[in-house]
Amino acid sequence: MSVIELTIIILIGSYFAGLLGSLTGLGGGFIVIPLFTLILHIDIHYAIGASLIAVIATSSGSAAAYVKEGITNMRLGMFLEIATTAGALMGAILAIYTPTHYIAILFGTILIISALMSLQKKTEQIVKHKSYLAEKLKLNSSYPTADGIVEYSVTNVGGGFFMMLFAGVISGLLGIGSGALKVVAMDGVMRIPFKVSTTTSNFMIGVTAAASAVVYLQRGYIDPGLSMPVVIGVILGALTGSKILVNSTSSKWMRVTFAVVISVVAIQMIYNGVTGKI
Amino acid sequence: MAKLKDTNIQSAIGWVLRTGIFLSIAIVLFGGTIYIYRSGHAITNYSTFKGVPEFVQLTGMIQGILTLRGRAIIQGGIILLIATPVIRVLFSAIGFVLEKDYLYTGITILVLLILFISMLSGHAG
Repeated sequence: MSVIELTIIILIGSYFAGLLGSLTGLGGGFIVIPLFTLILHIDIHYAIGASLIAVIATSSGSAAAYVKEGITNMRLGMFLEIATTAGALMGAILAIYTPTHYIAILFGTILIISALMSLQKKTEQIVKHKSYLAEKLKLNSSYPTADGIVEYSVTNVGGGFFMMLFAGVISGLLGIGSGALKVVAMDGVMRIPFKVSTTTSNFMIGVTAAASAVVYLQRGYIDPGLSMPVVIGVILGALTGSKILVNSTSSKWMRVTFAVVISVVAIQMIYNGVTGKI
Repeated sequence: MAKLKDTNIQSAIGWVLRTGIFLSIAIVLFGGTIYIYRSGHAITNYSTFKGVPEFVQLTGMIQGILTLRGRAIIQGGIILLIATPVIRVLFSAIGFVLEKDYLYTGITILVLLILFISMLSGHAG
């Protein structure tokens, strides 16, 4: 395949990665890895490098808009960032010593879990109970809604912190933003309003990915010829995605489509891992 | 009043993000144009991992940029893209210092420390 052909294919694929990544809040790396390995037969090391670039581009683009709205909990994001950066560092080091077919099987499993989680219906619950750690760390905050400013509290700070450490390891190991795991930690464990947890997760994804990207850059995983169409495609896709999200009232159909698509990809990925094709 | 300060920090962070993204996409486009113009019809082979290319080292990359090599220029844009979230953490550290929130200044510095350890361990390993 010539450079021009490959660039155009990656450009189109990355556009959809950025689009879906910003719509679902899951990053966008999960599209890049299967596109590269399954369709273009590119080595998984290059695929992981390119997917990290896709995650950083999606995160920075959409986070810029969210921070402006004042929904993102900056202190919570920073505090949990300790866990995700430390976890990502461990994951990035582990990935070098882990055989790639295990990574493929693990990645497929994570994809299925992400699909199931994205289908789960989220019910909003505002916690008023004040936890000692949350008070000490000034994590309780407020966010703007259609009905005015809503105050909320944070519970189970320790459990949430541990979940974030795990999310960091996964993201470093597989080169995905692991947004689903981050949102579950904040939404399910720490009982933060869903809108706040998705935006704060988005805020953090870029930093976690940057820590891993520096390691991968030095290992030669991030190839400029492949990164170029990924960056351009993903940013254009993320811009379209945030426009659709602003104008959309329900994202239910998007989540369902998305869950079906990644489940199919995940099964293929696990199959290739088990048969040793990757 | 603390709320007002938080808003100022947030708009500064938003500005850092937008500038970083815009600059890196411009650099990548410029390098990409040169790369496609020069070697657009070359046949690619990414099926096996080839290890660390020469423009990963800073001197190799700067030399490549000065001689207008497309791939080296793209790499420069990619590095700026990767640096953007780190610069963002740096900005929030400055913000917390201005707010005299020393607990969160410490937390932000710890995050930056972990980021630098990951860069250094990448060199060592």
